[in-house]
Amino acid sequence: MRGGGAAPVPPEYLDHNESRVVRVSSEIEVADAVRDAPGPLRIRGGGTREFGGAGAVLDVSGIAGITLYEPGALTLVAKAGTPLAEVEAVLAAEGQRLAFEPADWRGLLGTSGEPTLGGMVAGNVSGPRRVQAGACRDALLGVRFVDGTGAVIKNGGRVMKNVTGYDLVKLVAGSWGTLGVLTEVSLKVLPVPETSATLVIGGLDGAAVAAMTEALTSPYDVTGAAHGPEGTLVRIEGFAQSVAYRAAELAKRLARFGAVEVERDPVRVAGLWRGVRDVAAFHGAEGDVWRLSVKPSDAPGLVARSGARQVVYDWGGGLVWLLMPEGADLRAALGPFAGHATLIRAGAETRARIPAFQPEPPAVAALSRGLRQRFDPRGIFNPGLMG
Amino acid sequence: MEMPAVDARVMARKSEIVAGLRAVLPADAVIDDPTETKAYECDALSAYRCPPLAAILPRSTAEVAAALKVCDAMGVPVVPRGAGTSLAGGALPTADSVILGVARMNRVLEVDYANRLIRVDAGRTNLSVTGAVEADGFFYAPDPSSQLACAIAGNIAMNSGGAHCLKYGVTTNNLLGVTLVLMDGSVVEIGGAHMDAGGLDLLGVICGSEGQLGVVTEATLRILPKPEGARPVLIGFNSNEVAGACVADIIKAGVLPVAIEFMDRPCIRACEDFARAGYPDCEALLIIEVEGAEAEIDEQLGLIRQIAMRHDPVEFRESGSEEESKKIWLGRKSAFGAMGQINDYMCLDGTIPVSALPHVLKRIGEMSRDCGLDVANVFHAGDGNMHPLILYDANKPGDLELCEAFGADILKLCVEVGGCLTGEHGVGIEKRDLMGVQYDGPDMEAQMRVKDVFDPKWLLNPAKVFPLAASSGRRDG
Ligand SMILES: Cc1cc2nc3c(=O)[nH]c(=O)nc-3n(C[C@H](O)[C@H](O)[C@H](O)COP(=O)(O)OP(=O)(O)OC[C@H]3O[C@@H](n4cnc5c(N)ncnc54)[C@H](O)[C@@H]3O)c2cc1C
Repeated sequence: MRGGGAAPVPPEYLDHNESRVVRVSSEIEVADAVRDAPGPLRIRGGGTREFGGAGAVLDVSGIAGITLYEPGALTLVAKAGTPLAEVEAVLAAEGQRLAFEPADWRGLLGTSGEPTLGGMVAGNVSGPRRVQAGACRDALLGVRFVDGTGAVIKNGGRVMKNVTGYDLVKLVAGSWGTLGVLTEVSLKVLPVPETSATLVIGGLDGAAVAAMTEALTSPYDVTGAAHGPEGTLVRIEGFAQSVAYRAAELAKRLARFGAVEVERDPVRVAGLWRGVRDVAAFHGAEGDVWRLSVKPSDAPGLVARSGARQVVYDWGGGLVWLLMPEGADLRAALGPFAGHATLIRAGAETRARIPAFQPEPPAVAALSRGLRQRFDPRGIFNPGLMG
Repeated sequence: MEMPAVDARVMARKSEIVAGLRAVLPADAVIDDPTETKAYECDALSAYRCPPLAAILPRSTAEVAAALKVCDAMGVPVVPRGAGTSLAGGALPTADSVILGVARMNRVLEVDYANRLIRVDAGRTNLSVTGAVEADGFFYAPDPSSQLACAIAGNIAMNSGGAHCLKYGVTTNNLLGVTLVLMDGSVVEIGGAHMDAGGLDLLGVICGSEGQLGVVTEATLRILPKPEGARPVLIGFNSNEVAGACVADIIKAGVLPVAIEFMDRPCIRACEDFARAGYPDCEALLIIEVEGAEAEIDEQLGLIRQIAMRHDPVEFRESGSEEESKKIWLGRKSAFGAMGQINDYMCLDGTIPVSALPHVLKRIGEMSRDCGLDVANVFHAGDGNMHPLILYDANKPGDLELCEAFGADILKLCVEVGGCLTGEHGVGIEKRDLMGVQYDGPDMEAQMRVKDVFDPKWLLNPAKVFPLAASSGRRDG
């Protein structure tokens, strides 16, 4: 927070890795810092989702605060360095939330610090509800950012429907800071439903994706379908009567896969999904962590040839988290496949050898490169991170 | 409307260009007879017309690629066209351009229920996508009112919405992948059957780029299982403010209807005269639709009734049957037709924060009195997307200009209160010169950079989206 009476923060210091840190607390300061940067910048919000990268750290956590929140309009606007926890608390007080269920990666990556809105948007970080409510990018209504020339750019706005000009909002979401430094974001928020229940089926392995598909192709508005150490999980949310009805109908449909238990305790339900969201199964476990986005029906076959020690399925099988032996190249093990694999956690030696992001076909890579060159002509934003 | 100077070099080479296209396309795919190209002189913004140099109707991605190569080599501008229902002049030709219509590309390529997707040729109409899967209990969610006619290609180019997008989102939220042919004829696959991009989200910027980045020839769309049922209610109020407050309360209460449509008195009257839907005589009318099984619908409508009653409605009419549901929707669905009966009209499409609704409606009323043109308002209230219909007389000299100036003032008002120029129809040529109201120089510069990358010669869909002055250096270069 930019506190009124707080002591001024020194604009530059060295962090625990002895990296030079430039601290900024306003959009204008970002623009100045970018223009003045002699070399590469590693943009840091809370530093909880850092993949590496080189250069001086541009710490934007000082650009913080909620600028507008209208519960009746389902919109929230906040500075990019605002802690996610602060936003979630403010929303919860009005019975609302970020529907895309952003994950907390601290346990997975072994990082500390406070996840910020900017980091969440830059990584397009979406949790289990992505199958029903869309991704972070789908809830993102507008952005302000500073490009590599130091120009301040806005796109989108704060309203739910907006097709004025090109949609740079989507382009910036998931760009991991390679196109610009986010300074403000507007998000669509949604009400927290009255009740939530989770159907749990134990003992499925080969048939887990089929069971999740059965649930997701039903008319019962499933808001989460995952498979991990807690079993195969199917979530429904809404008003109490409706949840009871749908849980019963789904239980009938899923009976052929095995015994179905219905978990209704709100604390237990929340815990189960937090575990899926944050990939709790891999916390502290040895090995590299990969994230695979594929057509759900392709997932079991790919997993079979991945060589993974352990996997967690989310998004009905469309997202697979894999715990791989250290240094193993998942992409090499899979061969050509439709979708993409991202190396989320690995040692420095592996990182130096294996690119974090899926290499793109030449024609697509040329377009992405062209965009990066135009938004960041000096190539100073998180260089090398995305290709 | 100012258009760029016609490229005399292109005009002079017409026969050479047509011959070049004939060399790579079947004979019936190239149209250059002026009596036939006239069919492509405008879209649904029919106040602006200009016959193209030629029109081509390819049947495959390969034919699109071959034709674009020819045009690229000869420096000929190309205007992609779906069904021509754009209300923004998005498919308006220039005299030196070739219209590339994708209407003949309309196959279903793959239906995959397990993975909840369908792959289609981009010329397929919106409604026929749902048509291909509905017997099996699925649907494609974005449902523009023009869905019988408009093509998926146009939907993607405009990022079209529909009445039910409050719950299901607009085109971009339901699009998984496209096959895109760039102006130089190269074919690029973006996205696919999986979710989200592995690198930069190119799909996100292609959707809504108004045919200026490439020609979309195929699309992978998300389909959803149909809900068990749906039921609308109609609620009448004696003031716009109260109706607006009721919408905000419903949303805050955690009910998420699939649609909340709002009509003001002039619109209610016109629809009633036209369609005889039996609407009450009141200031403001809401149509709210909820989905689910019978018991779920009852539960949601019970809550909506409770909230509405606190706002003292003049009428609360819950549909009791399929027929009554149809009747409730009838007036709303015929709103544009009703207006067309009594007048020429211009349909605006700005979005406002829902909290600004009463203020904006009041201001529109005042402006309408000042300039002497009537306005009827019909809009998607849940998301603030307004469709003010300004009535004018096309035969009266000066009326169209008056109407356009009034329309521009309304859109400026939308931006002033925190909204935007267009919620779903796109900028096209209609709002091109207003872009500066919403975006500053660097904002537009950033968008134009994207076009520089995809279409370096700026040949695709010329003169749209960006003010001519802003893009002149690039177009001439
Ligand atoms: C009565 C009526 C009601 C309407 N209701 C709605 C509504 O509820 N919601 C809504 O959002 N819109 C609505 N519209 C507007 C219009 O229907 C949409 O914009 C629609 O998506 C246009 O589709 P089309 O196929 O007709 O495209 P066209 O009008 O042919 O073209 C629209 C744009 O798409 C581009 N384009 C076309 N094909 C391609 C391609 N293959 N590749 C790249 N670019 C391409 C064109 O260049 C142009 O810029 C309505 C229009 C009418 C006339």
